[in-house]
Amino acid sequence: MERVLNVSLVGVGGQGILLISDVLAQAAARAGHDVKKSEIHGMAQRGGSVISQVRFGPRVFSPIIADGTTDVLVAFDRLEALRWRHLMAPGGQALINRHDVIPVSVTSGQQAAVEDLDGLVARFYPEAIMVPATELAQGLGQVRATNMVMAGALSHWTPFPPAVWLDALRARLPAKLVALNERAFAAGREAAAALGVRRATA
Amino acid sequence: MSTEFLSGNEAVAYAAYRAGCRVAAAYPGTPSTEILETVARFKDAIDCEWAVNEKVAMEVVIGASIAGVRALTAMKHVGLNVAMDPLMTYTWIGAHGGLVVVSADDPGMHSSQNEQDNRNLARFARMALFEPADSQEAYDMTVAAFELSERSQAPVMVRLTTRTSHSAGLVDLGDDFRPLAVAPKPYRKDIRRNIPVPAFGRPMRQRVEERTAALRAEADASPLNRIEDGDRRLGIVTSGVAYTYVKEVFPDVSILKLGFTNPLPTALLRRFAGSVDRLVVVEELDPFLEEQIRAMGLAVVDVQTPLRLFELNPMRLLALRRELLGDVAAPAITPAPAGLPTRPPVLCAGCSHRGAFYVLHKLKATVTGDIGCYTLGAFAPLDAMDTTVCMGASIGNAFGMEKAGLGGRIAAVIGDSTFFHSGLTGLLDVVYNRGRITVVVLDNRITAMTGHQGNPGSGVTLMGESSEATDIATLARTLGVRRVCTVGAYDLAELERVLATELDAPEPSVVVVRGPCVIAERRRDVVPYAVDVATCVGCGACRKLGCPAIVRGDPVGADGRRFASVIDPELCSGCDLCRQVCRFNAIAKRS
Repeated sequence: MERVLNVSLVGVGGQGILLISDVLAQAAARAGHDVKKSEIHGMAQRGGSVISQVRFGPRVFSPIIADGTTDVLVAFDRLEALRWRHLMAPGGQALINRHDVIPVSVTSGQQAAVEDLDGLVARFYPEAIMVPATELAQGLGQVRATNMVMAGALSHWTPFPPAVWLDALRARLPAKLVALNERAFAAGREAAAALGVRRATA
Repeated sequence: MSTEFLSGNEAVAYAAYRAGCRVAAAYPGTPSTEILETVARFKDAIDCEWAVNEKVAMEVVIGASIAGVRALTAMKHVGLNVAMDPLMTYTWIGAHGGLVVVSADDPGMHSSQNEQDNRNLARFARMALFEPADSQEAYDMTVAAFELSERSQAPVMVRLTTRTSHSAGLVDLGDDFRPLAVAPKPYRKDIRRNIPVPAFGRPMRQRVEERTAALRAEADASPLNRIEDGDRRLGIVTSGVAYTYVKEVFPDVSILKLGFTNPLPTALLRRFAGSVDRLVVVEELDPFLEEQIRAMGLAVVDVQTPLRLFELNPMRLLALRRELLGDVAAPAITPAPAGLPTRPPVLCAGCSHRGAFYVLHKLKATVTGDIGCYTLGAFAPLDAMDTTVCMGASIGNAFGMEKAGLGGRIAAVIGDSTFFHSGLTGLLDVVYNRGRITVVVLDNRITAMTGHQGNPGSGVTLMGESSEATDIATLARTLGVRRVCTVGAYDLAELERVLATELDAPEPSVVVVRGPCVIAERRRDVVPYAVDVATCVGCGACRKLGCPAIVRGDPVGADGRRFASVIDPELCSGCDLCRQVCRFNAIAKRS
């Protein structure tokens, strides 16, 4: 790999984004890359926008990804995918969980909902890969495994084999959660196999 | 060689362990909190504590240093304001055991009330200052800081920022990751050294100046400062995390990378300035380096790209490169669609702070607020806070408003941890000086906003030992408050009765509102509530609670202006407040 690859993971507090970022970063390190991860713990415990960024390659300096240079955006929520559109590199890929967490600002009636979310997503992400991650995780009986379903989908892009992901996952999670998360990872990987995720190029 | 993937905060803690640190004390504050949380993993080697506030933390580690062991304290930037009093004098007394002060600044104000640049405080206190750029440097520089502190007999500041604290990277911990064999220095009673009465303080003052000159020579020769030779038509002086952005955006130019930035390495700077055609300084927040470099008489390019306010990032440096070199195009960026609804932070569903704010709003009280999750009580629809200044300020602020002749009901609202931190003295002042304000202590027995750390009311220490859980009502009575009462957080009628009575009382009062933090408690037996759509008239009273579980539903009635409420069973914590405010009995537990 010649250059540094940039992954931005976005969503809402409580969706396990910090955990999947950690697993991705550790997997990249296991695969022999230099890696940096950056996240902001804001004031919101729950329900706020969350972003985490992972960069890996031969030598990584900045922990922050410049706007317009994200190779892969992993979005856990369609509204958040739209919010972070400016991060995307031309030709970058977006993996978007087909799921919406309605903001409190909307449910309380203080702000207007997006009128045509389907249309906006299609317009701003014409080539996005839509992953039914929350649905698949629910099928496994644990909606909180949505993050590992997305990780499974992302594993088609990462320039290292899924076994490296699974090693990192096992090292990071408590033993009692490993089996469930492995199943979620496998489900995501299988579901995304036919969706045309492009492998990272150097 | 052992390599770990660590955040900057974790790396500092690992370094403390490696350097043979024996005592660590801190008060939690974003972005510094994880430092002591990680130190606690090494509690067999390091005695660690959540101090009551940063000043006490500083005094504890100073005591340890005087006694001859290595010690560390860590705090957010504004926390250091609280701790400056002991620090300003200990830099004169001088460290015996090595003392490292970690200041975690918050450029961009991700989770802070201001954006002060604490490098100024290091210079003000005449301390050596290290500015790590990433986790590896946070580790290496913290180990080096202990060594320098002990050798130079002065505390050393390690300045992190939110980005270095909360970014993670690979850290080489060396071949043999275990504590260095650092023997405690024997304690000697020495009043000339440890008691700065004027006669002893004046010679200290002179020694501080001599020490600063010696430290400057160290900085000039330090491996933490280095020239990375490149195209000499442009030379960039940089420090901290800004270095990593410079390396991304200006990989081709000459760089003076500074890690040891106070006292400034003037000889090295002159050498670097003399080797490049144009000199530019890239640093986050204040022109700390730049002003000193200009004062040396060196020419620095007047940069037009705004770099002073908020966090730096590669995008801002790209703009700088366009200004200085004009050889990069603006990146092709598709902006996000305009007008997306935001996700502002809100008090959690079932938060034990909600009821008190709801009632204070209803009672039309003037409310001085404080620092914690409950600052969110300021926002609509609760709209129940007038001011927030700093930790503990609510009480003094409320008393000052009373003295200024502001009529009506005045309440200070403060959390339990903040009350212990610096509310006690304010309350004592109110008692002593015959105030009559009401202090509402929102007591959830934990320091919630920074992630549930213990405090004197929790009954458990950072070492994992049980301890006395200090009772706030008893404390208030001991301070001389005669009107003290305790109310449950979820009984709105009682809250209203008590608060109305106390706010109108002709003497100071304390109302302790007790209820645990819902997310710390993680109850599993929650029975969520539901709205009976047939009964709901769409008055919207329940939505005035600002609970994220209560959602605006379908229109009710013919005018289309009233909407039914719907309760999200996933979010509802069963706190019961919405049932209490519903005058139509439309809300009940889900059957």
